[in-house]
Order: sequence, then C-alpha cells, then structure tokens
Amino acid sequence: MEHRGLGWPRLPRLLELLAALAVQAVRASAIAAASPDLSLWPMPLSVQTTPRVLHLSPDNFFFGHSSTSKAGPSCSLLQEAFRRYYDYIFGFYKWHHGSADLRVGVELQQLQVSVVLEPECDTFPKISSDESYTLLVKGPVASLTANRVWGVLRGLETFSQLIYQDFYGTFTVNESNIVDSPRFPHRGILIDTSRHFLSIKSIFKTLDAMAFNKFNVLHWHIVDDPSFPYQSITFPGLSEKGSYSSSHVYTPNDVRMVIEYARLRGIRIVPEFDSPGHTQSWGEGQKDLLTPCYNGKDPSGAFGPINPIWNTTYSFLSKFFKEISTVFPDEFIHLGGDEVDFDCWASNPEIQDFMRNKGFGRNFKKLESFYMQVVLDMISAINKSSIVWQEVFDDASKLMPGTVIQVWKVEDYTREQSKVTEAGFPVILSAPWYLDWISYGQDWKKYYAVDPLSFEGSQEQKKLVIGGEACLWGEYVDATNLTPRLWPRASAVGERLWSHKDVRGLEDAYRRLTIHRCRMLRRGIAAEPVFTGYCDHEDRM
Amino acid sequence: MAGSALWFSLLLAAAFAGRATALWPWPQYIQTSEQRYTIFPYTFQFQYHVSSAAQVGCSVLDEAFQRYRDLLFGSVSFHFPQPMGLETFSQLVWRSPEGTFYINKTEIEDFPRFPHRGLLLDTSRHYLPLASILDTLDVMAYNKFNVFHWHLVDDSSFPYESFTFPNLTKKGSYNPATHIYTAQDVKEVIEYARLRGIRVLAEFDTPGHTLSWGPGVPGLLTPCYSGSHPSGTFGPVNPALNNTYEFMSTFFLEISSVFPDFYLHLGGDEVDFTCWKSNPDIQAFMKKKGFGEDFKKLESFYIQTLLDIVSAYGKGYVVWQEVFDNKVKVQPDTVIQIWREEMPVRYTKEMELVTSAGFRALLSAPWYLNHITYGPDWKNIYMVEPLAFEGSPEQKALVIGGEACMWGEYVDSTNLVPRLWPRAGAVAERLWSNKMLTNLDFAYKRLAHFRCELLRRGVQAQPLSVGYCDVEFEQT
Repeated sequence: MEHRGLGWPRLPRLLELLAALAVQAVRASAIAAASPDLSLWPMPLSVQTTPRVLHLSPDNFFFGHSSTSKAGPSCSLLQEAFRRYYDYIFGFYKWHHGSADLRVGVELQQLQVSVVLEPECDTFPKISSDESYTLLVKGPVASLTANRVWGVLRGLETFSQLIYQDFYGTFTVNESNIVDSPRFPHRGILIDTSRHFLSIKSIFKTLDAMAFNKFNVLHWHIVDDPSFPYQSITFPGLSEKGSYSSSHVYTPNDVRMVIEYARLRGIRIVPEFDSPGHTQSWGEGQKDLLTPCYNGKDPSGAFGPINPIWNTTYSFLSKFFKEISTVFPDEFIHLGGDEVDFDCWASNPEIQDFMRNKGFGRNFKKLESFYMQVVLDMISAINKSSIVWQEVFDDASKLMPGTVIQVWKVEDYTREQSKVTEAGFPVILSAPWYLDWISYGQDWKKYYAVDPLSFEGSQEQKKLVIGGEACLWGEYVDATNLTPRLWPRASAVGERLWSHKDVRGLEDAYRRLTIHRCRMLRRGIAAEPVFTGYCDHEDRM
Repeated sequence: MAGSALWFSLLLAAAFAGRATALWPWPQYIQTSEQRYTIFPYTFQFQYHVSSAAQVGCSVLDEAFQRYRDLLFGSVSFHFPQPMGLETFSQLVWRSPEGTFYINKTEIEDFPRFPHRGLLLDTSRHYLPLASILDTLDVMAYNKFNVFHWHLVDDSSFPYESFTFPNLTKKGSYNPATHIYTAQDVKEVIEYARLRGIRVLAEFDTPGHTLSWGPGVPGLLTPCYSGSHPSGTFGPVNPALNNTYEFMSTFFLEISSVFPDFYLHLGGDEVDFTCWKSNPDIQAFMKKKGFGEDFKKLESFYIQTLLDIVSAYGKGYVVWQEVFDNKVKVQPDTVIQIWREEMPVRYTKEMELVTSAGFRALLSAPWYLNHITYGPDWKNIYMVEPLAFEGSPEQKALVIGGEACMWGEYVDSTNLVPRLWPRAGAVAERLWSNKMLTNLDFAYKRLAHFRCELLRRGVQAQPLSVGYCDVEFEQT
C-alpha cells in the first residue's frame, strides 16, 4: 500500500491484507467485469464481480446503519448522502410503484453501512482523511464498510455506479467485492471566480460532479486582478469597490453554504488569496495597498503588485488573513505568489531605496521572497499551513517544511517536480492539466496519459507528490460553459489521481468514460460528449 | 453605399457611444442623434403602415410582432412589424437605471451584403433534441442568419424518419423511439424557421457518409472485399446497381416534397474509394463503362445520375467542393460549398477556381466553428474577407454568401449553445455588414454587449473574454 506524504493512516489489518492481495489482482479483476454495462469511474483499486445478479426494488431498498457501526442516524452527513444516492440510483423512475413484484432472482434489500473507527461525521475533511472502503454486494443485504464517513461517501458513489437497468427496466446489480482507496490524497479542481463570477448554483453543480468523480478538493481561486467578489467582514470596501457589481459578490452566507455543501460530499474548500501579484482589484477598495508605479520622478497613475515595504501592508494582511482563517475551516490556505511583475516595483523610488538598504541589489526576487516569507509566517502564526505556486519555491523563498508547492508551468514540469521534492516539499501537480486550454478532439486522452510520478527521484521524493489539480481558469469561462468544459475532461484527471497507476488502457477507459458521461448527464450535469454517439437520455430531451 | 457615408455614420455612432454601438450585425447605413423618446410598454405598438403591402393577417409579421414585443418588454401584451428590421429595432431600445425604456432618434437603412448567410448543424453524429434546433433558429434570427443548413444524416446515425422507407430510422437511428425527427418535427422546424425568415436547406449526403443508411436498405451500400471475400464491412453507396438509383429516385421524391426550399444539399464530400476498389462487381462495372482505374469517373457517374434525378423534381442543388474538384458535370445553377482549408488548394484559390468556372460559391472553410482553440478565436472568424481572392467583379458576384459549420463529433445539446454563440455572430456580421467593417475594437465592444443581450434573452452564449454582464446566466 503506497503511503503519501503527509502522514497516511494505516488501514485496519484485515483490510490491509485484502488490499495487498487486491493490488496484485487489480488488472485481472478490472477486466473480469461481468456485465457489459459495468462502468466504474474512477476504477477502484480492486473489483471482483460474478455473473450472479441481484434485483433492487425502489419501494423496498434502503440504506441502513449496521448495529456495530460507530455512526448512526444522528450522523446527518450520512443521512443526507443516503437520500442523495437513493435519488441518483432510482431517480426518474418514481412511477415504478407497485411493479415491485419481480420475484426473479434474489432481491437486494439493503446496503448496510458500517463505520469502523470514530466516524468524523461532524468534522471537516482533511488532507489526511481516510477515504478507504470495502463494498460487499450480495443478497439480501450488501455491506459498505469504511473507517470514516469519508470512505462511506466514496463507497456510496461506487455502489451507485454498479447498479444498472436490464431490458425490462429492473434495477440490477452483480454480486461484487470491492476494496478501494485513493492513490493520491489531494485530488482537486480549481475554479476562478474573479475573471468571471460564478453563481453559487454553478459552484454547487461543480461540487456534485466532483463527488461523482471522487474529487475531494475545490481550490477556490476567489479573487484576482479583474474583480474581488469575496465579501470581507473586516474590510467590506474590498468587494464594495472591487467586485464587478453588488450582485457579483459572495456574501459570508454564500461562502458558508459552499463550505457545507462541499463538506457533505467529503470535499475540502481550499481558498486562494493570491498575492502580491494578481491583486489589481484589491486596490479599488483598499487604498495604499498596491504599489504606485512611476514614470521617472512622477507616479504614472497605474498600480502594481502589493507594496511589500509598508508596514500598513502587513497589518492589513494580518487582519485579513485572520478573518480568512476563521471563515475557511481547512488547514490549508493558498497564498498564490505567481507571476509577480517586477517592473512596477523597480520603477518606484521608495522601493528602490528599500532594496538598497536591504542589500537586495537589483534582484527583485529577493523582495518577492521577503514579502512571501512574512505572509507565510503570518499564516503559520494563525495555525494554518500554506500552499503556493511554484514561483515561490523557484525564486528561493525560505519555506517552512510542509509548505505545499503547486507545479503549474508546463515547460519541463517533471524537472520541477524533481527539484521541489528533492528539497523536501510536497507537490500538487497541475501543469499538464490546464483544462481551460481547449483544443479540437479527444484531449481527455492526454490528460489521462499523464503519470504524476514519472519524474526523476527517489521513492521518498515520489511520496511527496500528494496529488494534483485540474485547473479551469476563468478568462473564457463562466456559468454558460463551465460544466461542459470541465466534464468529462476532468474525469480523466480524476481517475489518474484515484486509481492504481496501472489503470491506463485507453480503450477500456473510453468505454467506461462514455458510460460515466451519460450517467453524469442523467444526474443533471451537462457533461459534453466524449465522441460521436448518444445517451439514452439526452440533455434537454 | 458610398464609403464616406459609412464612415460618417461610424463616427456618429462612436460619438454617441453607449446606445448605437449596441447593434449586431452593424447596419449598412445608420444615423443616430442624442434625441431620445420614451417608450411606454403598455401603449407602444408595432403597426403596419397604411401603404404597406403586408397587413394584419400576414402571419410571418403578426407572429414576429408578438415575439419582439416579448423580447423587448417581457410579457406585456400587445402586437407589431418585418423580422430583420424588428431585430434591429429591438437592439436599439435601451433602459435607464430607473428602468424606463428609451430609444434614440435613429435612421437606418439596412440590407445584407450577401444573400446566403447560413449555419450548419449536424444531427447525425449527435442527435439534437427539437428544442435545441428551435432555440438555434431563434438566435440565428437575432443575428440575421437566414439559412439553416440541416445536415440531417451521416455515417453515425439516421434520425430522419422517412415515410417511404421507415426502416431507415428503425434500423439506422441511435434509438428509433427517441432519437428521431418525425414528419411533424420536420414540419415544425420548417415553419418555425419560415416565421423568422430562415430557409431550411436539407442535406442528404451521398455517396459517402452513408453507413447509417445501410441497415435500413440492404444492398444500398457497397460491400467491401478482403481479397475474394466480403470483409463484412460496407462503404459508400453502390453506384453500379440499378436498385441504387431506383431507391434514390423514390427517396428524393419524398425529400423534394417534404422540404419546400428550391435547393437541396446533396453532399458529395469525402468519398473513400478503397471499398469500391475492392469490390469485384464494381471493378467489372468500371471496365464496362470504360472508366479504367479512375474512380473519380465512377463518383461522377453516380452524382450526375443523382443530380439529374433531383433536377427532374424541380429542385436546385448545393454540393460540397469535391463534386467540382472531381470534375462532375453539374447544372450551371449548382452552388458549390467550399469547406477545405488547404487541400487540394488553399480555399481562396478554390473560390477563384469555382467562380471562374461560372458557379456560385458558398464559403465555409475558415468558419468551422467545431474547431475550437484556446482564446478569442472570434477575431480570426470575423477578419475573414469572403471576396479576398483573385477574380473579376463578375466572379466575385458569384459568391452568394457563406455558412458557419458546427459539425457534431464533439457537440450535442450540452455544449452546442456556448460553442455556437457568440462566435457564430462574427460570421453573421461578416456576411451581413459592409466589408469595410474590420475594426476589432469596434466589433468587440458591440459583440460583448450583444452577448450580454443574448444572456438576457435566455441564450447560453459563452463569454468573449474577462468581464461580466449585469444579468448572468442561470441554469433553469
């Protein structure tokens, strides 16, 4: 069992043994899928099915808690999940009442859920959360066992994917034995709500689709140059002046709803407040924050990155991030740090003086590092951990161990992975997964083919890759095209991050992905087609 | 229209920024002023002028009045006038922050540069629900497109329900219960289009692109051979059998009666000769006809026969450029649609060749909207100049317009609308407006505004670049 960087909990012994066996059997068992309709996505670690089928009746079937489970009906996260998955499975067949008399074969009456350890039902998911589960589908009671509620959520999704309808419309499932856990603990999607505002509804839809694909992190790049939609309680002027309009704003309530909606799906919300660059919109509502650019002796009227030499900058940021740390419960805050344009700093005489006094010469990377270090320290002082874009590492900031580096630049990214992990820092890989870079044809294949661990490095180094993120930057994306642009292309990334490294076959992936896409469509996600073909239920039909 | 008048009106428009710049496509002649009039939704009326040849009872206009009243004011009830002019009118009306409706004193004289301004949808690679087609017709009208090129069937599926040959859909559609267009559906599309001043140009592409016809009409397609045995696969329509032409005769009799437009699109593109070559019956036929090894002659033979059949039904036809490239003998009033960007020659050269041979041309090659890339590709689409080829004025006059194509390999109702709009709008203006309109900044301002207006009208048009609309799209 591979263990990932930040302290991976060990599976209970029985499951470990099963898992060890399963790893050997994975390829064989994946191919041994009994039904042609079987289309799991992402592919679990080990799947064994038999041709024996069970039938489910929408009127009789229910999800229940086992008597030995550490979780029960008081766990609202599970109760909500039961309701959701009942709908996903039986959804548009509400008119099936009374026809439950198909006494052919064995009936599957119940899926019994058993949480083995302290469920963590009312907590927020973490990087170290245990998402493993086993699923034993046999009649009349199937069992889903997991250490924590997070594994139950993943298992419910898999369970819902096993069920299909035969020619007569009967809900059917094959007897199966599944042992599953993710290859990487950080499997994320980045959305950008500054270039274009995204309604809460569209964020919810995205979270739904993420759950269908076992993604567990929503990297919310919430503000940037063009607009500042985050309504800050401490600094209300930021969104008052910096948002596109007063209707293009996320209120504290909106943010709470997103965090809870995500939590119920086992998804972490990692907010990004990118600085010192990408901050034009901050300057609208916060005077004397951005650097005034100069044309020779006089201010040009334009502004650049955050001004790193004023004390007021840091007292503002300190208060601001204090708020952020209370609003967002995740252990991690993303601080950005990418693409800092040095021209404006270089033009500013005050900054020139500062550089001289500090002995930075003309090396503005030192000034950038100076800034980043102060902010990083701020974050650890409030007991949070940081994620930054790769420039912060590349430009030689002194980083605390445990700072996560997100590798995004495409050129030579494997070498970057080597360098970062060699220096001992955890890595999130995004470089090959910029989904906003659309092109004609089946580009999902190239996302699928990426091997996150194909760089030069030791086993210890490889363990530092905690996962990856598919990024959907917002320059050309808003609620009109977000969903078809994200799905099912991001699904390819989802499987690459969840499934075993040997699950790479394109033909089988194509078959499963097309079925998975139709499934997402049925569940209200307008995922675009993979290729020529059709779904039984088209969108808008 | 004199160039100076256009520049004057552009200047004027620029001077009175805001209101008049919100027109798409840009009219041939426009004069605005600061003077504005309030519009009271409850009393405002579209009316037929006393001397108008059209009066109440002209369904196209009566319906249009109702539609535009709704678009302008929501469902405040009342009635009014001419679809194209109504569209322009609807784009001139604006609202103040307090909500009052205004329109500036404006004088517009408008007419299209090209008479054929089309959009192609492919309902074979993916089935498009009727609602998607009807919605597309609505947005086409907003953009002053006037031809809906319906590529109904192809290799992948046959959704057109034929009453003469019902097995075509029974065996060839993705799902004969759900993924078909009934006769009623087709009628609805044609009428919906008519009320918006849009012609329906139906395409039944042969002899290639016909795999889905095979299951419903055994013996129609050429059986391919592996050596001396049939391989089990099929190729293009079999041109060597009389049955083929009997079938086509009957089939196109139906098509000619179902689709009222004078033109039918008969396809003729991308015929793969390998299967024909492998088939011994066809080899024999080639020998009998003295075609030697030249399969282009066989293709010509098929197409000429087909064209004669269709002509006899009193229809004209549009074909893809291969029919011209392969020297098929066609009637002089055939329209050639140019779609290939570089082969066999650059498309501008193809335009020259087609028009110098005296045929009318439709341009599509630079307007394949299914070819998506990262960034503001609407600009490249917009900057295409259809008449930028070597030729006399007479030749240039043979270019009757163009079509934006949205092939369906990767497109269905989940992503059709954002992929089509507002990018297709760039084609629309290029085909309607004056050729001097090439300023990208001026275009961007208006297209961005138009995109927000599309959102307001409930169209899921994607963004052009960073920014926002007052009312964003919300999924219903």
